[in-house]
Amino acid sequence: MGERWTTETSMENNEISRMSHVMMSPSRQSNLELAYSLSTYSVIGAFCTEDNVPQCLLHINQELASLGLPVCIEASSPEGANLNAVPVLNAVYELLQIHRRDMCTLEEMEKEQMKKSSSLDLIQMTNSRLKDQLELSIREKSGLYETERQLQLKLKTLQRCLKGEKDEVQKLQSIIASRASQYSHDAKRKEREAAKLKERLSQLLIDRKDKKLAIDVLNNLGRSDGKRSQWRTTKATASHEGEMYKFLLCDYEESQKSLVLENAELKKVLQQMKKEMMHILSPCQPSSRGATADEELAESDEDEKTRDSSRDTLDQSCEHAREQLTNSIRLQWRKLRNHVEKLDNQASQVLHQMESNKDMIPFETHQDEMERMRHEVQQCKEFIHAQQQLLQQQLSTSFDDETAALLYDCYTLEEKERLKEEWRLFEEQKRNFEKERRNFTEAAIRLGREKQAFEEDRAAWFKNHFLNMTPFTNRRRCSSSDGQSSLSIISEPEIRMSVKAHKAKASTYTTFSTPKSSRSTAAPSTTDLYRTLRLIPDCSSSMHSNQVWQESSTNGDEDIRIKSKSRGLHCSDLDIFALGEDDSLT
Amino acid sequence: MNFSELFKQSNQLCKVSPDGKYLATCVQYRLVVRDVSTLQILHLYTCLDQVSHMEWSSDSLFILCAMYKRGLIQVWSLEQPDWHCKIDEGSIGLVSSRWSPDGRHILNTTEFHLRVTVWSLCTKAVSYMKYPKACQKGIDFSKDGGYMALAERRDCKDYVSIFVCEDWHLLRNFETETQDLSGLEWSPNGCVLAVWDSCLEYKVLLYSLDGRLLSTYSAYEWSLGVKCVSWSPSSQFLAIGSYDEKVRILNHITWGKIAQFEHPASIDNTKAEGNFVLSVPELPHPDEICAPPIQIPVVKPDPDRANPKIGVSVLAFSSDSRYLASRNDNMATAVWVWDMQKMSLEAVLEQTAAVRCFQWDPRHPRLALCTGNSKLYLWSPRGCVSVQVPAEGGFQVQSLSWHCSGDFLILLGKDQLCLCYMDAEQEENTSCRHCENV
Repeated sequence: MGERWTTETSMENNEISRMSHVMMSPSRQSNLELAYSLSTYSVIGAFCTEDNVPQCLLHINQELASLGLPVCIEASSPEGANLNAVPVLNAVYELLQIHRRDMCTLEEMEKEQMKKSSSLDLIQMTNSRLKDQLELSIREKSGLYETERQLQLKLKTLQRCLKGEKDEVQKLQSIIASRASQYSHDAKRKEREAAKLKERLSQLLIDRKDKKLAIDVLNNLGRSDGKRSQWRTTKATASHEGEMYKFLLCDYEESQKSLVLENAELKKVLQQMKKEMMHILSPCQPSSRGATADEELAESDEDEKTRDSSRDTLDQSCEHAREQLTNSIRLQWRKLRNHVEKLDNQASQVLHQMESNKDMIPFETHQDEMERMRHEVQQCKEFIHAQQQLLQQQLSTSFDDETAALLYDCYTLEEKERLKEEWRLFEEQKRNFEKERRNFTEAAIRLGREKQAFEEDRAAWFKNHFLNMTPFTNRRRCSSSDGQSSLSIISEPEIRMSVKAHKAKASTYTTFSTPKSSRSTAAPSTTDLYRTLRLIPDCSSSMHSNQVWQESSTNGDEDIRIKSKSRGLHCSDLDIFALGEDDSLT
Repeated sequence: MNFSELFKQSNQLCKVSPDGKYLATCVQYRLVVRDVSTLQILHLYTCLDQVSHMEWSSDSLFILCAMYKRGLIQVWSLEQPDWHCKIDEGSIGLVSSRWSPDGRHILNTTEFHLRVTVWSLCTKAVSYMKYPKACQKGIDFSKDGGYMALAERRDCKDYVSIFVCEDWHLLRNFETETQDLSGLEWSPNGCVLAVWDSCLEYKVLLYSLDGRLLSTYSAYEWSLGVKCVSWSPSSQFLAIGSYDEKVRILNHITWGKIAQFEHPASIDNTKAEGNFVLSVPELPHPDEICAPPIQIPVVKPDPDRANPKIGVSVLAFSSDSRYLASRNDNMATAVWVWDMQKMSLEAVLEQTAAVRCFQWDPRHPRLALCTGNSKLYLWSPRGCVSVQVPAEGGFQVQSLSWHCSGDFLILLGKDQLCLCYMDAEQEENTSCRHCENV
């Protein structure tokens, strides 16, 4: 962890390959600060030895140049290990300045960073605080909504009450108004009558010579019943009273008689009901569940029955007997109801059982089924009978053999024709199927072969790629190999592109899988390698030729792609490509 | 159905004698007595003035003709056409006049209801009954004619006096618990007297013949109350029609309400089972039988006026007490027929115009009604029929009354009358439509 590789990419020297690890401990916060421990120091010390001074010098000069320092350190003597002190010191000084500046900026940046982190902390704190506040206020708001809703409800109910009250007030007002109008009308009528009275009275007072009221009858009539009228005496009045009471009593007696009759009828009906209910309940009791309790009840019923019958004969209209009768009726009715409920439950249970147990079917369904089956059997019999008849008819035709044969033929002619047609179709389809099957098998075989070839090629490429993965592999070693590998490296992009473009064409693979190597043995430079691997962008400004080369290379790629279909030409194309590459190097 | 020719009449005065043999009509100041079967004029009497009221005596021997303006009463005899009788009330005036049940006394109510004068035709004696009440129905005779109930008002209190009709002996006099007694009616069996208050208070009191209060019934307070009261012929039920458009039925055993019939403006199936609706439009095509729900046209009365046209104002029981016919005043075009056995609505007879008059057949459960047009409508549980009265010049049937035998109807127009004879097999009449119960 935290191991950091800085590869020295100037790969010419063997010594360079030995080193260049800069160990960084992970505990350091600053990523920019490189800690040079003593161990590393010694490693760095190993950078320059007695032997490689010029190289080191060169290297350092290059580095300095890259840093932008115009200092150029020179060796004091061509082969000696000493250096010109002045440029060296200058260089060191410059480097120290650079370093100091860097440290300053680093400090500043650290300060900035701390400031920023503290402000970030502050912001986060405020943020969390504000979030809490927001939550609180949201909760408050919902609480307020709730109260508002309740108040609205209350308001609505109150409004409704108010409306009801208003309606009632209206109603009462209308009643009062109607009564008032009636009163006024009556009062007016009375007033009018009074006025008339006054008028009549005045008239009477004025006109006193009014003829007396009189009755003028030709002769007295006899009474309607023919009897003579009688004097009014106290006896007569008493007789009137008596007669009135007699009349009333007669009426009461009549109504009482009718009521008694009605009562008797109803009582009879009730008794009958009670008897029937008891009758219904008693035989069922031994069969029903909980027989002991019911038996007890049955016994009590019996007792009651005897008691009632004896009592009935004595006093039917007695209130006690009446109450007893009603009570017993009620009791019986309750029992009957319970019994019926029990039966209902049983029935439902049985129904449940029936549904789960299919073997058991109730009697009615059994009957229905039987009925249905009988009906079906009947129908089938009839059908068979009819068929038999028709068959008989067929067989016992009056035609002779020839016509019969002809008829027979003509019945079946159409069918034969249809059959022939179908056979034809079937044969055709069969042939088509065979053809297609053959095609498919061929295609499959081809596909298999191509697949195999592709797999081989892929395996080879992978092998080469893996071998080429290590950076300092000897190019010659690589190139001494079949050349397939390098070609494969270069043509990898092509392969990739061609895979995309010509997946279906198996022939392309074959062409590509048998490349011919005619490359030059010259190892390409780093940048070229990068370029070919498309790792660094091509700098178009500096190397026009490169661009040209690039263009030509792209063209060449296309050409290669296009011409890859023909087998013979691609070698020359590759030659061109290789030549192009050599040109760039020089 | 046969119709007789038209005869003249005035003032809707046309009455059949209680024994059903004679028909008396008044034409201006003449009294015409016809034979019912032949319609031949038997007697012709001339009164002194235009007759305002005419009544047969209970034994069908005498006819009373009252002339209120003149304060005169004339009595005519059928047996002795020469016999005459004239009663002159004089200056005291005359407001109403009637026979007593025995047919030998005449009760006159003087103007302003100052008193009731009882004139005896046997003895020429006069009796007075003081302080009669001026109300809707202040005098009622029991059915057997034995007793008379008279409503009185003394010192701002209501009283009822019961008289024995035989000798006008005051049997009982008791105060009633009413604010303003509006009417009284004997039950058909003569044992119970129903007394009801004015419309400002809903109160119906039931008194026994001997003056004991049997029961009080009040359905509600404050709103306008009783509009009409009717006993069933069997005395079992007392039907009370009120301003709240409902009919309440009381039973004679407990005097409690056993049923309540409402007259809603829209009828649907859910409200009443087993009812059907009959619509009898004034159109050439025959009667329509509508299925519920139906709407009955309602005329809203003027709330500011007194005696509003709202509520049940007419109640009539059929002769067998099986049916009750009612009319709600704000649905004047409809007559509601209720079945008293099922206590439910039997039929609603809707007409095109307001129903003017309806009456049950005295023998059969058959209802005849008229709306003021030239048609006569008959309803029975088996069917219904509408008959056009064949008359030249258009005869508007304004009221009708049955003959006591139920064989024919007397149709009264404005100043004409017509007799309508029912067929013996009226129920199997081909023009009758069978209306099925829903």
